[in-house]
Amino acid sequence: MLQSQKYFFTLTLLLLGVLLLTFLNISLGSVSIPVKEVFASIFNLEVSKDTWQYIVVEYRLPKALTAIITGSGLAISGLLMQTLFRNPLAGPYVLGLSSGASLGVAIVIMGASVFGGAFAGILLSKWSLVIASSLGSLLVLMAVMLASLRLRDTMAILIIGLMFASLTAAVVSVLSYFSPAAQLQQYVFWSFGSLGDLAWNEVGILAIFWIVGIILAISCIKNLNTLLLGEQYAKSLGVSIQKNRLIIIIATSLLAGSITAFAGPIAFVGLAVPHLIRQIIPVNNHSILVPAVLLGGAALMLICDIAAQLPGQEFTLPINAITSLIGAPVVIWLLVRKRKFLF
Amino acid sequence: MKQPQAHHILKTNNLSIGYRSKQAETLIAKNIDIEVREAELVAVIGVNGIGKSTFLRTISGVQNSLAGKVLVNNRTLEDINAPDLAALISLVLTNQPISKNLSVFELVALGRQPYTNWIGSLSKNDLRQIKKALMLVSIEELQHKKCYELSDGQMQKVLIARAIAQNTPLIILDEPTTHLDLYHKAYVLKLLKKLTRKTKKAIVFASHEINLAIQLCDRIILMQDEAIITGTPQELLESGAFSKVFPKDLIIFDKASASFKIKS
Repeated sequence: MLQSQKYFFTLTLLLLGVLLLTFLNISLGSVSIPVKEVFASIFNLEVSKDTWQYIVVEYRLPKALTAIITGSGLAISGLLMQTLFRNPLAGPYVLGLSSGASLGVAIVIMGASVFGGAFAGILLSKWSLVIASSLGSLLVLMAVMLASLRLRDTMAILIIGLMFASLTAAVVSVLSYFSPAAQLQQYVFWSFGSLGDLAWNEVGILAIFWIVGIILAISCIKNLNTLLLGEQYAKSLGVSIQKNRLIIIIATSLLAGSITAFAGPIAFVGLAVPHLIRQIIPVNNHSILVPAVLLGGAALMLICDIAAQLPGQEFTLPINAITSLIGAPVVIWLLVRKRKFLF
Repeated sequence: MKQPQAHHILKTNNLSIGYRSKQAETLIAKNIDIEVREAELVAVIGVNGIGKSTFLRTISGVQNSLAGKVLVNNRTLEDINAPDLAALISLVLTNQPISKNLSVFELVALGRQPYTNWIGSLSKNDLRQIKKALMLVSIEELQHKKCYELSDGQMQKVLIARAIAQNTPLIILDEPTTHLDLYHKAYVLKLLKKLTRKTKKAIVFASHEINLAIQLCDRIILMQDEAIITGTPQELLESGAFSKVFPKDLIIFDKASASFKIKS
């Protein structure tokens, strides 16, 4: 398409931006490591200090990769949801995925203390949190999917997702009310989100889910464009609504579900990145929007992670707060300045 | 006078339309036998709630019929799969939640979806068809505008251009003239007439504009409680069918001027 040639430059620029940010992200951190040594560590050359290589290879690289995967994955699922529901307010959370994940984790962390300590010890390992949050989102997802197979009206799915979100939030509050301070704190820490806790094998698992989700998203590009006309027109153009709705929901769930399981419930990115990109690239063709949103999400997450770890400081700020702190003003500014239609 | 028969684009055999739920069938109209030929402009006319939309939905395959057959290009509608049907029938609907952020070009280009590859890139032929559609409806100068910048009349033209770009032998429009002023109502119907002549497409539309339809259409499908009558405007005028369209307490059909008048 002609448009893709026109925006090829913008996409290349975004890609270069992501590469640059990835390198910056790896170079900066609480321990300052000279740029030359960072390069040496990545490419497995002679490094003057073993600890430097260890920090770069075992901590910073997986963290940067996690940032790229979470940022792009959440942004893509946001785009998918906004197009499916033709609603600028939609994001991965509308399917109730992160609420389901929160419920799973809340039950494991806080329920362990409420229901007695026999299995509290085994339950609190890292993997049990991942499994709990996956099961939680899977449960909510199954319910939403069952509903979506019965429903003709796509908007009803949106409402059902929001109802699940509010149901699970209620259960989480009841659990928090009865939990001791220590467990409550652990839960709150999980809900801050974290990119830095993943070992290489965990990044690998996350990457598999990400790849499958992204491939599914790419396979729907043409039908996503058609959905912009509304479902009746899409149907008259030969698009199977039920099938595409299912594929889009599965892609979103794989992306958002796995990311929430490993990195916690990261808000904002999914909702905001598609809007940011639509301001930069004013097209509605998903063959341009999908790669742009993918790169944009990765870039935003890398920036947020750089800001969260405050170069030279000992502590890291919660990523969930940073994404909104940086992103929200940018979105507000762009929307007020351009006064464009969102959808 | 015998003319060489034009090719049938749409034909119904003893068609019954209505809704079917688990409990019961709601019959809206039965024994519908109509024919639409190439390059014909056909209006579907009737009072509110008589079933015009149900009829259009049934002949466009959105809704199943209760009985009887719909033939599109001599193929039974039920046997045509969705992608094939998209190359036979295009729709222009009212009140659809179309993303207003689409540009006119993008919207018209979406009419080419049944023909593009898996990622939807437009070939030279697609671009030519889009250009032709924009030209036929004379909205070339609007193509870079966003849909939220358009007036209702312009938007209607864009939707018609999208249907033309879909390049189907049959276009079905559901009340294309609602929300438009008298001038634009006439403009849109005149445009449809021009399209049937220039592109040889058959166009079927539901409308309340009886007066305009009598003057412009090749054939009118008159939906009434008792039966569905079809014919050329001339035939229907002579048979006095128009006088039965509405209850007679308020408006009457004046044969001399071929239009409805308020009862004095």
